Amino acid sequence: MAFHKVNVTINGEMEQVVVPSNMTLMRMLREILAFTGTKNGCSAGECGACTVLLNGEPVNSCMVLAVECDGTEIITVEGLAGDKQLDPIQEAMIQEGGVQCGFCTPGILISSYALLKRNPNPSEDEIREALVGNLCRCTGYVRIIESVKEAAKRS
Amino acid sequence: MEKANTQNIPSPIGENKQRIDARDKVTGAAIYADDFQFGNSLLHARIKRSPHPHALIKKIDTTKARALPGVKAIVTGEDFPGYIGLYLQDRFIFCRERVRYVGDPVAGVAAISEEIAQKALDMIEVECEILEPVLDPEFGVSPKAPLIHPDLGQYVVASFILPKPGTNISNHFKIRKGDVDSAWEKCAAIVERKYRIPHIQHVPIEPHVAIAKVDESGGVTLWGSSQSPFAQRNLIAQSMGISQSDMRVIAPIVGGGFGSKAGVSMEALAVAIATKVKGRPVKLLLTREEEFFTAFVRQGLVAYFKMGCDEKGRLLAVENRFYWDAGAYTEYGVNITRASGYSSSGPYEVPNVKTDSYCVYTNHPVGGPMRGFGMPEMHAGLEQCIDELALQIGMDAVAFRKLNCLKTGSILVTGSKMHPTGLPQCVEIVAEAIGWGKKSPPSAPHKRRGKGLALMWKAPAMPPNAGSSAWVELAEDGTLNVGVGGQEIGQGVFTVAAQMAAAALGVPYESVRIATPIDTRYSPYEWQTVASRLTWSMGNAIVRAAKDARRQILEVVAEAWEETIEDLDIVNGVVISFKSEKEIPLKNLVIYGLPKPGDQGWRGGPVIGRSNFMPTYVTGLDPETGQGERAVVHYTTGAQAVELEVDLDTGRIEILKGVSAFDVGKAINPEMVKAQMEGGFVQGMSSALFEILQLKGGVVQNPSFVDYRIATSADIPKDLQAYIVEVAQDDGPWGARGIGEHSMVPTIPAIANAIYDAVGVRFEGPPFTAEKVYLAMQDAGLIE
Repeated sequence: MAFHKVNVTINGEMEQVVVPSNMTLMRMLREILAFTGTKNGCSAGECGACTVLLNGEPVNSCMVLAVECDGTEIITVEGLAGDKQLDPIQEAMIQEGGVQCGFCTPGILISSYALLKRNPNPSEDEIREALVGNLCRCTGYVRIIESVKEAAKRS
Repeated sequence: MEKANTQNIPSPIGENKQRIDARDKVTGAAIYADDFQFGNSLLHARIKRSPHPHALIKKIDTTKARALPGVKAIVTGEDFPGYIGLYLQDRFIFCRERVRYVGDPVAGVAAISEEIAQKALDMIEVECEILEPVLDPEFGVSPKAPLIHPDLGQYVVASFILPKPGTNISNHFKIRKGDVDSAWEKCAAIVERKYRIPHIQHVPIEPHVAIAKVDESGGVTLWGSSQSPFAQRNLIAQSMGISQSDMRVIAPIVGGGFGSKAGVSMEALAVAIATKVKGRPVKLLLTREEEFFTAFVRQGLVAYFKMGCDEKGRLLAVENRFYWDAGAYTEYGVNITRASGYSSSGPYEVPNVKTDSYCVYTNHPVGGPMRGFGMPEMHAGLEQCIDELALQIGMDAVAFRKLNCLKTGSILVTGSKMHPTGLPQCVEIVAEAIGWGKKSPPSAPHKRRGKGLALMWKAPAMPPNAGSSAWVELAEDGTLNVGVGGQEIGQGVFTVAAQMAAAALGVPYESVRIATPIDTRYSPYEWQTVASRLTWSMGNAIVRAAKDARRQILEVVAEAWEETIEDLDIVNGVVISFKSEKEIPLKNLVIYGLPKPGDQGWRGGPVIGRSNFMPTYVTGLDPETGQGERAVVHYTTGAQAVELEVDLDTGRIEILKGVSAFDVGKAINPEMVKAQMEGGFVQGMSSALFEILQLKGGVVQNPSFVDYRIATSADIPKDLQAYIVEVAQDDGPWGARGIGEHSMVPTIPAIANAIYDAVGVRFEGPPFTAEKVYLAMQDAGLIE
C-alpha cells in the first residue's frame, strides 16, 4: 500500500497528514485526526451521517478518498461554531428539538448549513429536497425542517 | 413566609426544558461508542458467517488463516460452550455443530487491521452438511418440518415461557376467556381475515459496535452501543462462566436503538475473541450490510383473526391465531409472543376471547425486540378487522370504536380491570382533528382521497420484577449529579431524568448533570432501556433517591436551626424555613456539613441519596387460560388518524396529514412527548409504505439503504399533529407512563383503513408500495 502526504485546511487550521491510498476522507477525519463528530452510518454514501463541506460543497466523506483532498478546505460539524458562539443552525436545532439520538445530526447540520449558504430563504420543499440524502430514524424530520426554517429567519 | 408561596415557584415538571445533551450533539462533542480512541493496541475483529440457512458444521479448518501475518487470534464455537439468551438460553456465542440462519457466526478473527481480518476470513475453510430449512412459520409448526433446535427441552427458560420440546414452538401462549364457540351464533356480523406482516429492521443510523478487552486476571471491559449494559453484564458473564462483577460494561449515548441494541446481540462475539488476546482491545464494528444480515429483525407474523359483534355493534368474540416467524434463536422473541397474546383483544372490552400465539423457530434472521414489541404487527390486522366489522354491521368506524374501546374499569382480556385511561378522549381528539366524516376533494382528477383511523394499547412487556435504581449526589457548588443505569437512545430520558431529579430535590433544572457514560461498575442497576419503561420506573427510583438526599439535608439543617424538617423546604437550591424565614444555600453544606456553634465540631457530611423501584404486584397467568390477577404494570393507550391520496396513474400513496393522541399519564416534557409521537408516526408510516426485509431462501435480498428504503424528509406529511392526553398513572412519577414505542403501533392499520376509504382495496400485509397498490386497483377494476 502506497502512502501519500495530504495538506488540508480543516475548520480553518492547516493539517498535514500521511494516508494510505485507499483511506477515505471519513476515516482520515475520524481515525487520524479524531474529528469524531463526523459519523459513519453506512460507508456507502447512502445515509449522509458523514457529510462534510469540501471546498464549500456538502459531500459524503465516506465516498471521497483522502488523497483527493490535498489542497482543499474542509469544514466538519466541529467547525460550525465560532469561539463560543453556535451557528444559527445549531441554535435552531437545539431550540426546535431537531435533535434526538444525534447520530445523523452532524450530517444534517452540514447539509442545512450548505443549503442556507446558497439559499438564505429556502421554501419547505427546498429544505426537504436538500435533506433527502440525510437519513434520520428518530425525529420524523418534522422538527429538523422547522429548525432550518428558524435558522433562515435568524441568519 | 407562607408555605403556599413556594407553590408559585415554577417546577420543571411539565416544562419544555432544553435537551440536556443537545449542545454536545450539535457541536460534534457527543461521544458514541465508535468514537472512543484506543490507539495502536487496538485489534480489529471480523466474523466468518454461515452462507446457509440451515446446516451441520462438519469441519472448520483455520490453519491457513492463522498463518496470515497480522492475525492475532481465531476463535470458533469449540472455544465457548456456554449458552446465552434473555428469556430462553438457546444460542451459543459462536455456532457449535449447527448453523441456523444466513449470517450465523461460525468463527471470529482478530487482526491488526480490518483488511487483514477480512482476508483471514476468506482463508477459513468450513465444511457443512446442508439441511432442509424452515422458511415459513406455519410450515415450522407442522410435523413435517425439520427440527431447528432438537435440544429445546434442555434449555434454561424463564418460568412464564412455555416451549414445546420436540417441535419448533419455543413458546405457546394461550387465552381462554369466556366461551368463544357459543358466542358466534349470537353475532350479527363476523369478520375472518388473514394477514402476513413481513420482517423489517430497526435501522438505527449508528451501526452496532463493541470493543472488548480482557485483562490478565480475566476481568472483562466492554465498550458498546447498548440499550442494556446490565443485561449484557449478566448474560455474557453467565455464558462465559465469569462473575458479573468481573464483567464491566461501559455504554455511552446510543445513536438510535429501537430495540436493536437491547439484550445481547453481537457484543458477546467481541468479548469471546478478546479472551484470546489478553490486554488488547478488540473492536467489532458491523458494516451496514452486516447489520441487515445479522442484527435483530422485527419478527414476521402470520395472523388469523375472527371477530364478531351483535346487532348493536357490541364486540362479542375474538379468536386469534398468531404464528410468529421468530427466526433462528428466540431468546427474546418468546416474550413478544406472550405480549401479543395477553394484548390480543386489542384495546377493546371483549367478553369471549380465544388466542393461540406461537413463537416458531425458522431459519430466518433472529427476531428481537423492536419499538412496539409485537403490537404494531398485531394491531396491523386487528384494527383493519374492526373497520370491516363496523362496515358490515352498518356503523361508523369511530362510533364502533367509541362503543367498544377500553374505559376505566373495563374487564381486560386477562381478566383484570383496566386502570384509569384516556383512550376514549384520544379517539375523540384524532377524529376531530382529521375531520372525520367530512370528505375533501382530491388535489387532482387522477387522485383519490381517504381517511383512516386506528387505536392501540401496549404494556411494558418485561419480567414482573424488572427493577430500577438511582443515586444523587451534590457537588460543592450545589449542582446535582444523578446516577442512572438507563440509557439515552435519543428518546430524551436524560433530560426527563434531570427534570424529575430537580423537581424532587428542589434545585433548578439547569444545575442537574447526569453521570455518564453508563458504566456497570459505577452506575446504579437498571434492568434494560426497553419497554418504554424508564420515565415511569427509573423516574420513580430517581424521585425516591432525590427525596432520600433531601431528607438528609433537611435533617442536618433542622438540627442546626433547632427546627423540625416539616417547617423546612428546598427551593431553587436553597434551604428555607417557613417558620424562622432563615435561608441557606445547598452549596458547601452538601459536602462539608454545618459547623456547630462555638467551634464545637460539625454535623452532616457529603450527601448521597439512593433508592430503587421495582413493581411488586405483577402476577403470573394461568398457562391454559392466560387469566390472572394483574398481567402487566399498566397500558399506554392512544389513537392515530391519517388522510392520504392515492395516485390512480402510479399507485403511489401520499400521506397528507397524520394525527396522534396518546394518554401518557403526565407529560414531564410535553414537546419531547410530541416529538416521540411524530417520530413514531413517521417510523410507522415508513413500515406501512416502504419497508420489508426481502428474504429469499433465507437470504436477505436488500441489505443496503438503497434497496431497503426508509422514509426520508421528502416522504413525510406536511401536516403532522400530536396531542397529549393526561389521565394519571397511580404509581408513575407525577402520574407519568411511557410513550416511546406506542406512537408507531396504530400507524399501519390507520393507513390501510385510509387506503380502503380512498380506493376500496385491502392487502394481506404491508408495505403498501406503489406497485402493489397499482396492481390491486387493477384487480379491483378501478383502473384499466
